[in-house]
Amino acid sequence: MHRHLAHAFAALLIVAGSATAQQKATITGVPEISFTSVPNFLKLPAGESLGESVAVATDSKGHVFVYHRRDTTRLFEFDRNGTFLKEIGKGYYGFEFAHSVRVDKDDNIWTVDEGTNLVTKFSPEGKVLMVLGRRPPAVDGPVVFPAGPNQPSQKYIFCRPTDVGWDPQGNIFVSDGYCNNRVVKYDKNGRFLAQAGSEKSGNGLGEFNLPHGLQVDERGNVWVADRTNNRYQVLDNNLKPMREITNLGVGWTLCISPGPHQYVFHSNSNPNGNAPGTWDTTGEIYKTELDGTVLGKFGKPGKNPPGFQVVHMMDCRNPNEIVLGEIESWRVQKFILPSTPSRTSTR
Amino acid sequence: MVAFVAASISTDAQNAAPALTFDAANPLTLPDDIYLGEVGGVATNSRGDIYVYTRTGHPTLSIATARPFAHGGSRLFQFDRNGRFTREIGAGAYGFLFAAQVRVDPQDNIWVVDELSAMVMKFDSQGRVAFLLGRKAEAINNPPRAGGAGPAGEGGGRGGGRAAGAGAPQDVFNRPTDVAWDAQGNIFVADGLGNSRIAKFNKDGAFVKSWGQRGTGNGEFASVNSIAIDAQGNVYAADAGNQRIQVFDNNGTFKSEIKGVGNAQAICITSGPNQLMYVSNSNPPNDIDTAGEIYKMRLDGTMVGKFGRAGKLLKEFGTVNEIDCRSENTLLVAEVGNFRVQKITIR
Repeated sequence: MHRHLAHAFAALLIVAGSATAQQKATITGVPEISFTSVPNFLKLPAGESLGESVAVATDSKGHVFVYHRRDTTRLFEFDRNGTFLKEIGKGYYGFEFAHSVRVDKDDNIWTVDEGTNLVTKFSPEGKVLMVLGRRPPAVDGPVVFPAGPNQPSQKYIFCRPTDVGWDPQGNIFVSDGYCNNRVVKYDKNGRFLAQAGSEKSGNGLGEFNLPHGLQVDERGNVWVADRTNNRYQVLDNNLKPMREITNLGVGWTLCISPGPHQYVFHSNSNPNGNAPGTWDTTGEIYKTELDGTVLGKFGKPGKNPPGFQVVHMMDCRNPNEIVLGEIESWRVQKFILPSTPSRTSTR
Repeated sequence: MVAFVAASISTDAQNAAPALTFDAANPLTLPDDIYLGEVGGVATNSRGDIYVYTRTGHPTLSIATARPFAHGGSRLFQFDRNGRFTREIGAGAYGFLFAAQVRVDPQDNIWVVDELSAMVMKFDSQGRVAFLLGRKAEAINNPPRAGGAGPAGEGGGRGGGRAAGAGAPQDVFNRPTDVAWDAQGNIFVADGLGNSRIAKFNKDGAFVKSWGQRGTGNGEFASVNSIAIDAQGNVYAADAGNQRIQVFDNNGTFKSEIKGVGNAQAICITSGPNQLMYVSNSNPPNDIDTAGEIYKMRLDGTMVGKFGRAGKLLKEFGTVNEIDCRSENTLLVAEVGNFRVQKITIR
């Protein structure tokens, strides 16, 4: 009898697992990278707390920005030691449901809010410098939860945008998003230049199904985490598709370290809800070269540190200190990695 | 469809008007915990104090109530003539939902027009509520997004058999946009986007008359986006939907129309013996690649010149919703698209 139950349980596990089996990375033989976790290194003032910490970024001084979902969506700045410095954007029109924060080479802070459909550029001091997109006007009444076919995409209107990046010339790239399926390129002054994809989802090259994360490398190539297609796509600077990466699991988010030798970190984030078996097949983060060479992997899901709960964004300004924002544990962790031995073949 | 409309805007405007030389600056210094959202209105009083009525976000729609109620969403700020923040007026006011305009009368009272609460609110120079027109709807319509959240239906829903957009002979508005006064203190309300009429009240607020209905003929409006009154008491109504300004005498008798101003969304008339008019051919909020220039004209419609274009930089405009021209060549411009006020100096 007990044996029968055990068999039944195992069968259920397999069925439940099959729904997410496609998230399991197909790559094998990747070496483990050792790491040290610094959990809760951010020190909050009394009475303050983080909510869903979906977005983290650092600036050139090592300051840490956390854009998180709390009573409302809020943006906090900490110094390099994790001491709270200030709040930016308190009561700001463009904050409702955080999705991404990134810091550009001039230390401007950019937020992507998928509740207001706005991308905002703040100065390092926290003043609004530029706004992309438009919040649905309250005077038109409540917006019902999107259902049915997506509305046609528009040059200057987003639909639940997800991420932002810049090329070395300062052109702006936005991944957009949950109810469009495209990447949009603007010049540094916010004028539309091009887009790849459309409102429609697709799985061909240059098509997307929930473009969820975006970064641009120093060559100006655009890397997109194409989440529901379980892949990453690399586009050239004019948004022509170059290649896809399909063996690293789900394309949830990525970061690219700066400097002459860039590394890419990809998160095969565990799915929301922690379905049975998912901790065994997802959650690891891959470190790769720009050419696609996979250097190693680290980390796994878990409720307690150093496990993580749906990594939503990674900062890798320092490729040996990865700052992770997690959705389901309302937490930011720092992972210290050993520095990569230089590969003579690439020097 | 959107692109077609946008194209017609730019071709209809007077491209032949001479370009005026001008400078632009951001005149306001905001405290760290105050952010402007979409700026509905900007105005100055006789001392040069600056008032800004802005959509600051989080208009809260209640659930678990007998009906859905809306509150919050807009704020009124005062700055001194040097742009330093002085104070907030009407914090938490019942009628502050979706900023349309702010105007200052000759006695330095501050008049606020709110498009969603459908109210015109007069504050005295001390910032106390002094006088009200209209009443905020008790609850938000459900289902939403069918012609706005204000009083439902064509003609404001309370007109009982009147023509579409004609409204009712009373102070019940449907998405009002602006307010102005003649030398006798009579009050004129642009009503507006839901209705298509101008309502006249005496200085005590008693209804005198209203004129206009939806249409394209003389005395009809697609929308009444902005109004201004000259020293003789003539009423200038910006009818953006019909790409024109209509001029009426003080009793609403049609006198003339001024074409070639594109999407006339904001107008103002200077004081003094030789009055001039500024008109904004505002770009639609979803496109910065069309329209956006401001025209300077004589009251008879003769073009003096034009300046600016749509965009996000200084000297570019993002859907101008109000112009303050208390001083003939020093303007304040309220922008929906760029979350800011620009100070324009015409040389």
